[in-house]
Amino acid sequence: MIRLLLLLPFIGLMIVPFYNIREPHLFGFPFFYWYQLAWVPLTSLLTYIVYRSVRRAD
Amino acid sequence: MLTNVDSAAFAVFLVLFILVTGMGFVASRWRKPETLAHLDEWGLGGRKFGTWITWFLVGGDFYTAYTVIAVPALVYAVGAYGFFALPYTIIVYPFVFAVMPVLWKVAKERGYVTAGDVVRGAYGSRGLELAVAATGVLATMPYIALQLIGMEVAIKALGLNGEVPLVLAFLVLALYTYSSGLRAPALIAFVKDIMIYIVVIAAIAIVPTKLGGYGAIFTAADTAFAAKGSGGILLSPAQIVPYASLALGSALAAFMYPHTLTGIFASSGGNTIRKNAMLLPAYTLLLGLLALLGYMGHAAGLKLASNNDVVPELFKTLFPSWFAGFAFAAIAIGALVPAAVMSIGAANLFTRNFWKVWVDPKVTPAGEAKVAKITSMLVKVGALLAILLMPTQFALDLQLLGGLWILQTLPALVFGLYLNWFSSPALLAGWAVGLAGGSWLAWSDGLKPLHGIDFGAGTVAVYTGVLALALNIVVAVVVNLVLKGLPQARLSREAA
Repeated sequence: MIRLLLLLPFIGLMIVPFYNIREPHLFGFPFFYWYQLAWVPLTSLLTYIVYRSVRRAD
Repeated sequence: MLTNVDSAAFAVFLVLFILVTGMGFVASRWRKPETLAHLDEWGLGGRKFGTWITWFLVGGDFYTAYTVIAVPALVYAVGAYGFFALPYTIIVYPFVFAVMPVLWKVAKERGYVTAGDVVRGAYGSRGLELAVAATGVLATMPYIALQLIGMEVAIKALGLNGEVPLVLAFLVLALYTYSSGLRAPALIAFVKDIMIYIVVIAAIAIVPTKLGGYGAIFTAADTAFAAKGSGGILLSPAQIVPYASLALGSALAAFMYPHTLTGIFASSGGNTIRKNAMLLPAYTLLLGLLALLGYMGHAAGLKLASNNDVVPELFKTLFPSWFAGFAFAAIAIGALVPAAVMSIGAANLFTRNFWKVWVDPKVTPAGEAKVAKITSMLVKVGALLAILLMPTQFALDLQLLGGLWILQTLPALVFGLYLNWFSSPALLAGWAVGLAGGSWLAWSDGLKPLHGIDFGAGTVAVYTGVLALALNIVVAVVVNLVLKGLPQARLSREAA
Protein backbone atom coordinates (compact mmCIF):
# COMPACT_ATOMS: atom_id res chain seq x y z
CA MET A 1 0.00 0.00 0.00
CA ILE A 2 2.84 2.35 0.84
CA ARG A 3 3.94 2.08 -2.81
CA LEU A 4 0.89 4.16 -3.73
CA LEU A 5 2.83 7.18 -2.44
CA LEU A 6 4.71 6.99 -5.75
CA LEU A 7 1.50 8.05 -7.52
CA LEU A 8 1.37 11.40 -5.72
CA PRO A 9 3.94 13.15 -7.99
CA PHE A 10 1.91 12.10 -11.05
CA ILE A 11 -1.27 13.53 -9.55
CA GLY A 12 0.44 16.67 -8.27
CA LEU A 13 2.03 17.47 -11.62
CA MET A 14 -0.69 16.32 -14.03
CA ILE A 15 -3.29 18.70 -12.52
CA VAL A 16 -1.81 21.56 -14.52
CA PRO A 17 -4.73 24.03 -14.19
CA PHE A 18 -4.32 23.88 -10.40
CA TYR A 19 -0.82 25.35 -10.52
CA ASN A 20 -0.93 27.43 -13.70
CA ILE A 21 -1.24 30.66 -11.67
CA ARG A 22 1.02 33.50 -10.55
CA GLU A 23 0.11 34.00 -6.90
CA PRO A 24 1.38 33.42 -4.28
CA HIS A 25 4.96 34.32 -5.19
CA LEU A 26 7.89 32.84 -3.28
CA PHE A 27 11.35 34.46 -3.43
CA GLY A 28 10.27 36.24 -6.62
CA PHE A 29 9.14 32.96 -8.26
CA PRO A 30 5.51 32.80 -9.47
CA PHE A 31 3.52 29.86 -8.04
CA PHE A 32 3.77 27.91 -11.35
CA TYR A 33 7.55 27.70 -10.93
CA TRP A 34 8.10 27.13 -7.24
CA TYR A 35 5.24 24.63 -6.98
CA GLN A 36 6.83 22.40 -9.64
CA LEU A 37 10.34 22.87 -8.23
CA ALA A 38 9.00 21.92 -4.79
CA TRP A 39 7.90 18.56 -6.21
CA VAL A 40 11.53 17.65 -6.79
CA PRO A 41 12.56 17.25 -3.11
CA LEU A 42 9.05 16.05 -2.27
CA THR A 43 9.31 13.23 -4.82
CA SER A 44 12.71 12.25 -3.43
CA LEU A 45 11.24 12.16 0.06
CA LEU A 46 8.26 10.02 -0.99
CA THR A 47 10.61 7.69 -2.83
CA TYR A 48 12.77 7.43 0.29
CA ILE A 49 9.75 6.45 2.40
CA VAL A 50 8.81 3.73 -0.08
CA TYR A 51 12.44 2.64 -0.38
CA ARG A 52 12.69 1.99 3.35
CA SER A 53 9.74 -0.37 3.30
CA VAL A 54 10.77 -2.10 0.06
CA ARG A 55 14.36 -2.60 1.26
CA ARG A 56 13.12 -4.49 4.29
CA ALA A 57 10.89 -6.60 2.08
CA ASP A 58 13.83 -7.71 -0.10
CA MET B 1 39.11 29.05 -38.65
CA LEU B 2 40.28 31.22 -35.75
CA THR B 3 38.25 34.39 -35.69
CA ASN B 4 37.39 36.33 -32.54
CA VAL B 5 38.83 33.63 -30.34
CA ASP B 6 39.29 34.72 -26.75
CA SER B 7 42.60 33.23 -25.70
CA ALA B 8 41.70 32.78 -22.00
CA ALA B 9 38.43 31.04 -22.82
CA PHE B 10 40.10 28.91 -25.48
CA ALA B 11 42.98 27.89 -23.17
CA VAL B 12 40.58 26.76 -20.39
CA PHE B 13 38.49 24.89 -22.94
CA LEU B 14 41.46 23.13 -24.49
CA VAL B 15 43.05 22.09 -21.18
CA LEU B 16 39.78 20.57 -19.94
CA PHE B 17 39.13 18.82 -23.22
CA ILE B 18 42.61 17.26 -23.24
CA LEU B 19 42.20 16.17 -19.60
CA VAL B 20 38.94 14.43 -20.42
CA THR B 21 40.41 12.78 -23.51
CA GLY B 22 43.22 11.36 -21.37
CA MET B 23 40.65 10.05 -18.91
CA GLY B 24 38.74 8.39 -21.74
CA PHE B 25 41.75 6.31 -22.71
CA VAL B 26 42.89 5.58 -19.14
CA ALA B 27 39.35 4.35 -18.36
CA SER B 28 40.10 0.95 -19.94
CA ARG B 29 42.28 0.28 -16.88
CA TRP B 30 39.76 1.64 -14.37
CA ARG B 31 38.21 -1.17 -12.26
CA LYS B 32 40.12 -3.41 -14.62
CA PRO B 33 38.37 -6.64 -15.58
CA GLU B 34 40.13 -9.84 -16.58
CA THR B 35 39.29 -9.02 -20.16
CA LEU B 36 37.54 -6.19 -21.98
CA ALA B 37 36.84 -8.57 -24.85
CA HIS B 38 33.38 -9.45 -23.53
CA LEU B 39 30.17 -7.49 -24.09
CA ASP B 40 29.37 -7.50 -20.36
CA GLU B 41 32.64 -5.67 -19.79
CA TRP B 42 32.95 -3.43 -22.86
CA GLY B 43 29.23 -2.67 -23.14
CA LEU B 44 28.09 -2.75 -19.50
CA GLY B 45 31.25 -2.02 -17.50
CA GLY B 46 30.96 -5.42 -15.79
CA ARG B 47 27.47 -4.68 -14.27
CA LYS B 48 29.21 -3.50 -11.11
CA PHE B 49 28.56 0.24 -11.03
CA GLY B 50 27.47 1.21 -7.51
CA THR B 51 25.18 4.03 -6.41
CA TRP B 52 27.56 6.93 -7.05
CA ILE B 53 28.96 5.81 -10.39
CA THR B 54 25.44 5.07 -11.59
CA TRP B 55 24.29 8.47 -10.36
CA PHE B 56 26.99 10.26 -12.34
CA LEU B 57 26.61 8.02 -15.37
CA VAL B 58 22.81 8.11 -15.70
CA GLY B 59 22.74 11.79 -14.72
CA GLY B 60 25.41 12.57 -17.29
CA ASP B 61 23.68 10.53 -19.92
CA PHE B 62 20.04 11.48 -19.38
CA TYR B 63 20.54 15.24 -18.87
CA THR B 64 22.44 15.75 -22.12
CA ALA B 65 24.44 18.68 -23.47
CA TYR B 66 21.64 19.34 -25.87
CA THR B 67 19.31 19.75 -22.87
CA VAL B 68 21.58 22.44 -21.46
CA ILE B 69 21.28 24.38 -24.72
CA ALA B 70 17.75 23.52 -25.86
CA VAL B 71 15.65 23.77 -22.68
CA PRO B 72 16.69 27.38 -21.90
CA ALA B 73 16.33 28.13 -25.65
CA LEU B 74 12.75 26.86 -25.66
CA VAL B 75 11.94 28.75 -22.46
CA TYR B 76 13.48 31.87 -23.98
CA ALA B 77 11.34 31.45 -27.07
CA VAL B 78 7.97 30.37 -25.68
CA GLY B 79 8.06 30.72 -21.89
CA ALA B 80 6.22 28.45 -19.44
CA TYR B 81 5.51 25.78 -22.07
CA GLY B 82 9.25 25.01 -22.28
CA PHE B 83 9.15 24.00 -18.61
CA PHE B 84 7.44 20.69 -19.40
CA ALA B 85 10.95 19.24 -19.02
CA LEU B 86 10.55 19.79 -15.26
CA PRO B 87 7.43 17.66 -14.54
CA TYR B 88 8.80 15.19 -17.12
CA THR B 89 12.07 14.69 -15.23
CA ILE B 90 10.24 14.43 -11.89
CA ILE B 91 7.59 11.83 -12.68
CA VAL B 92 10.13 9.72 -14.54
CA TYR B 93 11.68 8.64 -11.22
CA PRO B 94 8.73 6.96 -9.50
CA PHE B 95 8.43 5.02 -12.76
CA VAL B 96 12.15 4.13 -12.67
CA PHE B 97 11.83 3.12 -9.01
CA ALA B 98 8.91 0.80 -9.66
CA VAL B 99 9.92 -0.77 -12.98
CA MET B 100 13.68 -0.69 -13.49
CA PRO B 101 14.80 -2.89 -10.56
CA VAL B 102 12.50 -5.63 -11.90
CA LEU B 103 14.01 -5.25 -15.36
CA TRP B 104 17.56 -5.27 -13.95
CA LYS B 105 16.90 -8.49 -12.06
CA VAL B 106 15.67 -10.31 -15.15
CA ALA B 107 18.65 -9.03 -17.15
CA LYS B 108 21.20 -9.98 -14.52
CA GLU B 109 19.81 -13.48 -13.91
CA ARG B 110 19.71 -14.37 -17.59
CA GLY B 111 22.72 -12.37 -18.81
CA TYR B 112 20.70 -9.94 -20.96
CA VAL B 113 22.47 -6.87 -22.30
CA THR B 114 19.69 -5.10 -24.21
CA ALA B 115 15.94 -4.50 -24.35
CA GLY B 116 15.84 -6.87 -27.32
CA ASP B 117 17.30 -9.65 -25.15
CA VAL B 118 14.64 -9.08 -22.49
CA VAL B 119 11.81 -9.24 -25.03
CA ARG B 120 13.15 -12.40 -26.67
CA GLY B 121 13.50 -13.99 -23.24
CA ALA B 122 9.93 -13.10 -22.26
CA TYR B 123 8.15 -14.05 -25.50
CA GLY B 124 10.63 -16.20 -27.44
CA SER B 125 9.84 -14.16 -30.54
CA ARG B 126 12.61 -13.23 -32.97
CA GLY B 127 10.26 -10.80 -34.72
CA LEU B 128 9.43 -8.85 -31.59
CA GLU B 129 13.09 -8.86 -30.58
CA LEU B 130 14.08 -7.39 -33.93
CA ALA B 131 11.28 -4.80 -33.76
CA VAL B 132 12.39 -3.58 -30.34
CA ALA B 133 16.08 -3.57 -31.27
CA ALA B 134 15.60 -1.78 -34.58
CA THR B 135 13.40 0.84 -32.92
CA GLY B 136 16.12 1.41 -30.32
CA VAL B 137 18.85 1.93 -32.91
CA LEU B 138 16.69 4.19 -35.11
CA ALA B 139 15.57 6.33 -32.19
CA THR B 140 19.11 6.72 -30.89
CA MET B 141 20.84 7.86 -34.09
CA PRO B 142 19.21 11.31 -34.26
CA TYR B 143 19.72 11.65 -30.49
CA ILE B 144 23.49 11.30 -31.04
CA ALA B 145 23.27 13.88 -33.81
CA LEU B 146 21.59 16.22 -31.34
CA GLN B 147 24.56 15.95 -29.00
CA LEU B 148 26.72 17.09 -31.89
CA ILE B 149 24.50 20.13 -32.32
CA GLY B 150 25.04 20.96 -28.64
CA MET B 151 28.78 20.58 -29.08
CA GLU B 152 28.69 22.71 -32.23
CA VAL B 153 26.95 25.55 -30.37
CA ALA B 154 29.60 25.46 -27.62
CA ILE B 155 32.50 25.37 -30.09
CA LYS B 156 31.02 28.23 -32.12
CA ALA B 157 30.56 30.27 -28.93
CA LEU B 158 34.31 29.98 -28.36
CA GLY B 159 34.80 31.71 -31.69
CA LEU B 160 35.98 28.63 -33.57
CA ASN B 161 34.42 28.41 -37.00
CA GLY B 162 34.29 25.61 -39.48
CA GLU B 163 33.69 21.94 -39.02
CA VAL B 164 37.24 20.80 -38.24
CA PRO B 165 37.02 21.20 -34.41
CA LEU B 166 33.77 19.25 -34.30
CA VAL B 167 35.19 16.44 -36.43
CA LEU B 168 38.34 16.28 -34.27
CA ALA B 169 36.37 16.18 -31.01
CA PHE B 170 34.19 13.41 -32.37
CA LEU B 171 37.09 11.35 -33.64
CA VAL B 172 38.68 11.46 -30.22
CA LEU B 173 35.38 10.37 -28.67
CA ALA B 174 35.03 7.51 -31.14
CA LEU B 175 38.54 6.25 -30.43
CA TYR B 176 38.33 6.09 -26.66
CA THR B 177 34.82 4.63 -26.70
CA TYR B 178 36.23 1.96 -29.00
CA SER B 179 39.06 1.10 -26.64
CA SER B 180 37.43 1.59 -23.19
CA GLY B 181 33.73 0.94 -23.76
CA LEU B 182 31.24 2.07 -21.11
CA ARG B 183 34.04 2.71 -18.62
CA ALA B 184 35.05 5.82 -20.61
CA PRO B 185 31.79 7.77 -20.33
CA ALA B 186 31.35 6.53 -16.74
CA LEU B 187 34.69 8.02 -15.74
CA ILE B 188 34.26 11.20 -17.80
CA ALA B 189 30.77 11.67 -16.36
CA PHE B 190 32.33 12.58 -13.00
CA VAL B 191 34.17 15.54 -14.56
CA LYS B 192 31.30 16.49 -16.83
CA ASP B 193 28.64 16.52 -14.12
CA ILE B 194 30.78 18.40 -11.60
CA MET B 195 31.55 21.02 -14.25
CA ILE B 196 27.89 21.38 -15.21
CA TYR B 197 26.92 21.72 -11.53
CA ILE B 198 29.53 24.46 -11.07
CA VAL B 199 28.36 26.29 -14.19
CA VAL B 200 24.66 26.15 -13.36
CA ILE B 201 25.09 27.00 -9.68
CA ALA B 202 27.30 29.96 -10.62
CA ALA B 203 24.72 31.09 -13.15
CA ILE B 204 21.70 30.86 -10.86
CA ALA B 205 23.55 32.47 -7.95
CA ILE B 206 25.38 35.25 -9.79
CA VAL B 207 23.21 36.17 -12.78
CA PRO B 208 20.18 37.28 -10.71
CA THR B 209 22.36 39.64 -8.65
CA LYS B 210 23.42 41.30 -11.91
CA LEU B 211 19.89 41.46 -13.26
CA GLY B 212 18.02 42.66 -10.16
CA GLY B 213 16.83 39.37 -8.63
CA TYR B 214 14.44 36.61 -9.69
CA GLY B 215 11.37 38.86 -9.36
CA ALA B 216 12.86 41.26 -11.90
CA ILE B 217 13.82 38.38 -14.21
CA PHE B 218 10.26 37.03 -14.30
CA THR B 219 8.89 40.56 -14.85
CA ALA B 220 11.33 41.18 -17.71
CA ALA B 221 10.32 37.90 -19.37
CA ASP B 222 6.64 38.68 -18.87
CA THR B 223 7.10 42.10 -20.53
CA ALA B 224 9.11 40.62 -23.40
CA PHE B 225 6.43 38.00 -24.16
CA ALA B 226 3.68 40.64 -23.95
CA ALA B 227 5.60 42.87 -26.39
CA LYS B 228 6.18 39.92 -28.74
CA GLY B 229 2.51 38.94 -28.55
CA SER B 230 3.22 35.23 -28.08
CA GLY B 231 4.40 32.99 -25.26
CA GLY B 232 4.14 33.89 -21.60
CA ILE B 233 5.30 32.98 -18.12
CA LEU B 234 2.08 31.04 -17.59
CA LEU B 235 0.49 28.47 -19.91
CA SER B 236 -2.34 29.52 -22.17
CA PRO B 237 -5.48 27.35 -21.77
CA ALA B 238 -4.69 25.62 -25.08
CA GLN B 239 -1.24 24.61 -23.80
CA ILE B 240 -2.40 22.79 -20.68
CA VAL B 241 -3.10 19.36 -22.17
CA PRO B 242 -0.02 19.52 -24.44
CA TYR B 243 2.11 20.39 -21.39
CA ALA B 244 0.83 17.50 -19.28
CA SER B 245 0.84 14.94 -22.10
CA LEU B 246 4.34 15.87 -23.27
CA ALA B 247 5.61 15.50 -19.69
CA LEU B 248 3.89 12.13 -19.25
CA GLY B 249 4.87 10.72 -22.66
CA SER B 250 8.46 11.87 -22.36
CA ALA B 251 8.74 10.37 -18.88
CA LEU B 252 7.46 6.99 -20.09
CA ALA B 253 9.79 7.06 -23.10
CA ALA B 254 12.92 8.22 -21.27
CA PHE B 255 14.07 4.89 -19.91
CA MET B 256 13.11 2.90 -23.00
CA TYR B 257 16.11 4.36 -24.88
CA PRO B 258 19.19 2.17 -25.22
CA HIS B 259 21.47 4.68 -23.50
CA THR B 260 19.38 5.02 -20.34
CA LEU B 261 18.73 1.26 -20.22
CA THR B 262 22.47 0.66 -20.58
CA GLY B 263 22.99 2.79 -17.46
CA ILE B 264 20.36 0.70 -15.65
CA PHE B 265 21.74 -2.68 -16.74
CA ALA B 266 25.30 -1.59 -15.84
CA SER B 267 24.37 -0.88 -12.22
CA SER B 268 25.19 -3.31 -9.44
CA GLY B 269 21.66 -4.10 -8.25
CA GLY B 270 18.02 -3.26 -7.63
CA ASN B 271 18.75 -1.15 -4.58
CA THR B 272 21.38 0.81 -6.53
CA ILE B 273 18.62 1.74 -8.97
CA ARG B 274 16.10 2.53 -6.21
CA LYS B 275 18.60 4.78 -4.45
CA ASN B 276 19.27 6.49 -7.75
CA ALA B 277 15.57 7.11 -8.29
CA MET B 278 15.79 9.00 -5.00
CA LEU B 279 19.03 10.86 -5.78
CA LEU B 280 18.78 11.60 -9.51
CA PRO B 281 16.14 14.33 -8.97
CA ALA B 282 19.07 16.52 -7.88
CA TYR B 283 19.75 16.88 -11.60
CA THR B 284 16.11 17.80 -12.16
CA LEU B 285 16.42 20.68 -9.71
CA LEU B 286 19.45 21.78 -11.69
CA LEU B 287 17.52 21.49 -14.96
CA GLY B 288 14.61 23.52 -13.60
CA LEU B 289 16.93 26.31 -12.55
CA LEU B 290 18.88 26.04 -15.78
CA ALA B 291 15.65 26.54 -17.73
CA LEU B 292 15.36 29.95 -16.06
CA LEU B 293 18.46 31.03 -18.01
CA GLY B 294 15.97 31.51 -20.85
CA TYR B 295 14.22 34.24 -18.84
CA MET B 296 17.57 35.67 -17.76
CA GLY B 297 18.26 36.13 -21.48
CA HIS B 298 15.26 38.47 -21.64
CA ALA B 299 16.26 40.29 -18.47
CA ALA B 300 19.78 40.81 -19.84
CA GLY B 301 18.26 42.19 -23.05
CA LEU B 302 20.19 39.80 -25.29
CA LYS B 303 19.78 40.13 -29.04
CA LEU B 304 20.11 36.64 -30.49
CA ALA B 305 20.51 35.31 -34.00
CA SER B 306 19.19 31.93 -32.86
CA ASN B 307 17.35 30.84 -29.70
CA ASN B 308 20.04 28.21 -29.13
CA ASP B 309 22.54 31.02 -28.47
CA VAL B 310 20.83 32.17 -25.27
CA VAL B 311 23.04 30.18 -22.87
CA PRO B 312 26.38 30.88 -24.59
CA GLU B 313 25.54 34.58 -25.04
CA LEU B 314 24.50 34.92 -21.40
CA PHE B 315 27.84 33.52 -20.26
CA LYS B 316 29.79 35.68 -22.69
CA THR B 317 27.95 38.80 -21.59
CA LEU B 318 27.88 38.33 -17.82
CA PHE B 319 31.00 36.31 -16.91
CA PRO B 320 34.76 36.76 -17.33
CA SER B 321 36.03 35.03 -20.45
CA TRP B 322 37.90 32.25 -18.64
CA PHE B 323 34.67 31.20 -16.93
CA ALA B 324 32.78 31.38 -20.21
CA GLY B 325 35.44 29.02 -21.61
CA PHE B 326 34.84 26.72 -18.64
CA ALA B 327 31.09 26.77 -19.30
CA PHE B 328 31.53 25.99 -23.00
CA ALA B 329 33.91 23.16 -22.14
CA ALA B 330 31.30 21.81 -19.72
CA ILE B 331 28.71 21.79 -22.52
CA ALA B 332 31.05 20.21 -25.09
CA ILE B 333 32.26 17.56 -22.64
CA GLY B 334 28.65 17.18 -21.61
CA ALA B 335 27.93 16.05 -25.16
CA LEU B 336 30.62 13.37 -25.08
CA VAL B 337 29.10 11.30 -22.27
CA PRO B 338 25.63 10.78 -23.75
CA ALA B 339 27.03 10.40 -27.27
CA ALA B 340 29.35 7.64 -26.04
CA VAL B 341 26.67 5.79 -24.06
CA MET B 342 24.15 6.13 -26.91
CA SER B 343 26.56 4.65 -29.42
CA ILE B 344 27.37 1.82 -26.98
CA GLY B 345 23.67 1.13 -26.39
CA ALA B 346 22.95 1.07 -30.12
CA ALA B 347 26.00 -1.14 -30.73
CA ASN B 348 24.89 -3.60 -28.04
CA LEU B 349 21.47 -3.86 -29.71
CA PHE B 350 22.93 -4.42 -33.14
CA THR B 351 25.35 -7.06 -31.88
CA ARG B 352 23.01 -9.04 -29.66
CA ASN B 353 19.74 -8.79 -31.51
CA PHE B 354 20.82 -8.59 -35.12
CA TRP B 355 24.37 -9.88 -35.68
CA LYS B 356 24.14 -12.79 -33.27
CA VAL B 357 20.65 -13.77 -34.40
CA TRP B 358 20.76 -13.32 -38.15
CA VAL B 359 24.42 -13.27 -39.17
CA ASP B 360 26.63 -15.28 -36.85
CA PRO B 361 24.75 -17.28 -34.18
CA LYS B 362 27.94 -18.97 -33.01
CA VAL B 363 29.72 -15.70 -32.24
CA THR B 364 31.95 -15.87 -29.14
CA PRO B 365 31.77 -13.29 -26.32
CA ALA B 366 35.02 -11.81 -27.61
CA GLY B 367 33.54 -11.70 -31.11
CA GLU B 368 30.46 -9.92 -29.75
CA ALA B 369 32.63 -7.27 -28.12
CA LYS B 370 34.50 -6.78 -31.39
CA VAL B 371 31.32 -6.37 -33.47
CA ALA B 372 29.95 -3.92 -30.88
CA LYS B 373 33.15 -1.85 -30.91
CA ILE B 374 33.09 -1.48 -34.68
CA THR B 375 29.34 -0.76 -34.69
CA SER B 376 29.74 1.99 -32.07
CA MET B 377 32.30 3.60 -34.38
CA LEU B 378 30.02 3.37 -37.43
CA VAL B 379 27.04 4.74 -35.52
CA LYS B 380 29.03 7.82 -34.51
CA VAL B 381 30.39 8.39 -37.99
CA GLY B 382 26.83 8.14 -39.31
CA ALA B 383 25.62 10.77 -36.85
CA LEU B 384 28.54 13.04 -37.73
CA LEU B 385 27.86 12.75 -41.46
CA ALA B 386 24.17 13.43 -40.84
CA ILE B 387 25.06 16.69 -39.08
CA LEU B 388 27.65 17.75 -41.65
CA LEU B 389 25.64 16.89 -44.74
CA MET B 390 22.01 17.39 -43.83
CA PRO B 391 20.09 20.39 -42.51
CA THR B 392 19.96 20.61 -38.70
CA GLN B 393 16.18 20.60 -38.82
CA PHE B 394 16.31 17.05 -40.21
CA ALA B 395 18.02 15.77 -37.04
CA LEU B 396 15.53 17.66 -34.87
CA ASP B 397 12.54 16.22 -36.75
CA LEU B 398 13.96 12.70 -36.57
CA GLN B 399 14.66 13.07 -32.85
CA LEU B 400 11.05 14.06 -32.35
CA LEU B 401 9.87 10.98 -34.21
CA GLY B 402 12.46 8.93 -32.30
CA GLY B 403 10.76 9.75 -29.00
CA LEU B 404 7.45 8.63 -30.45
CA TRP B 405 9.00 5.42 -31.83
CA ILE B 406 10.84 4.38 -28.67
CA LEU B 407 7.66 4.86 -26.64
CA GLN B 408 6.06 2.11 -28.76
CA THR B 409 8.50 -0.45 -27.31
CA LEU B 410 7.13 0.09 -23.77
CA PRO B 411 4.34 -2.52 -23.88
CA ALA B 412 6.71 -5.22 -25.23
CA LEU B 413 9.44 -4.41 -22.73
CA VAL B 414 7.46 -3.62 -19.58
CA PHE B 415 4.14 -5.49 -19.67
CA GLY B 416 5.83 -8.88 -19.66
CA LEU B 417 7.54 -8.08 -16.37
CA TYR B 418 4.18 -8.07 -14.62
CA LEU B 419 1.69 -9.92 -16.78
CA ASN B 420 1.81 -13.29 -18.44
CA TRP B 421 -1.17 -12.49 -20.62
CA PHE B 422 0.07 -10.84 -23.83
CA SER B 423 1.37 -12.92 -26.71
CA SER B 424 4.11 -11.76 -29.06
CA PRO B 425 1.92 -11.40 -32.20
CA ALA B 426 -0.41 -9.07 -30.26
CA LEU B 427 2.47 -6.93 -29.00
CA LEU B 428 4.06 -6.89 -32.44
CA ALA B 429 0.77 -5.75 -33.98
CA GLY B 430 0.44 -3.02 -31.33
CA TRP B 431 4.01 -1.89 -31.94
CA ALA B 432 3.52 -1.75 -35.72
CA VAL B 433 0.22 0.16 -35.56
CA GLY B 434 1.54 2.56 -32.89
CA LEU B 435 4.72 3.24 -34.83
CA ALA B 436 3.09 3.65 -38.22
CA GLY B 437 0.01 5.47 -36.95
CA GLY B 438 2.02 7.83 -34.74
CA SER B 439 4.51 8.60 -37.50
CA TRP B 440 1.69 9.25 -39.95
CA LEU B 441 -0.08 11.61 -37.50
CA ALA B 442 3.17 13.49 -36.82
CA TRP B 443 3.88 13.67 -40.54
CA SER B 444 0.41 14.95 -41.40
CA ASP B 445 0.73 17.58 -38.65
CA GLY B 446 3.90 18.94 -40.29
CA LEU B 447 6.25 17.11 -37.88
CA LYS B 448 4.81 18.81 -34.84
CA PRO B 449 4.65 16.68 -31.67
CA LEU B 450 1.00 17.56 -31.02
CA HIS B 451 -2.16 16.27 -32.64
CA GLY B 452 -5.51 17.96 -32.30
CA ILE B 453 -8.45 15.80 -31.24
CA ASP B 454 -12.04 16.93 -31.36
CA PHE B 455 -13.79 15.87 -28.16
CA GLY B 456 -16.97 17.65 -29.18
CA ALA B 457 -16.30 20.67 -26.98
CA GLY B 458 -13.56 22.04 -29.22
CA THR B 459 -10.20 20.65 -30.29
CA VAL B 460 -7.64 19.59 -27.71
CA ALA B 461 -4.02 19.04 -28.71
CA VAL B 462 -2.30 15.98 -27.22
CA TYR B 463 1.29 14.72 -27.49
CA THR B 464 1.26 12.38 -30.49
CA GLY B 465 3.51 9.86 -28.72
CA VAL B 466 0.87 9.31 -26.02
CA LEU B 467 -1.86 8.89 -28.65
CA ALA B 468 0.26 6.36 -30.52
CA LEU B 469 0.95 4.47 -27.27
CA ALA B 470 -2.77 4.34 -26.51
CA LEU B 471 -3.43 3.00 -30.01
CA ASN B 472 -0.59 0.50 -29.55
CA ILE B 473 -2.06 -0.84 -26.31
CA VAL B 474 -5.62 -1.01 -27.66
CA VAL B 475 -4.47 -2.96 -30.72
CA ALA B 476 -2.35 -5.30 -28.59
CA VAL B 477 -5.29 -6.02 -26.26
CA VAL B 478 -7.76 -6.58 -29.10
CA VAL B 479 -5.43 -8.81 -31.12
CA ASN B 480 -4.60 -10.77 -27.99
CA LEU B 481 -8.29 -11.27 -27.17
CA VAL B 482 -8.94 -12.43 -30.72
CA LEU B 483 -5.98 -14.83 -30.68
CA LYS B 484 -6.97 -16.23 -27.31
CA GLY B 485 -10.61 -16.46 -28.37
CA LEU B 486 -9.88 -18.35 -31.59
CA PRO B 487 -9.09 -21.83 -30.27
CA GLN B 488 -11.80 -21.59 -27.61
CA ALA B 489 -14.39 -20.51 -30.14
CA ARG B 490 -13.43 -23.43 -32.32
CA LEU B 491 -13.59 -25.80 -29.35
CA SER B 492 -17.02 -24.64 -28.28
CA ARG B 493 -18.28 -24.95 -31.87
CA GLU B 494 -16.90 -28.46 -32.09
CA ALA B 495 -18.52 -29.35 -28.76
CA ALA B 496 -21.88 -28.10 -30.07
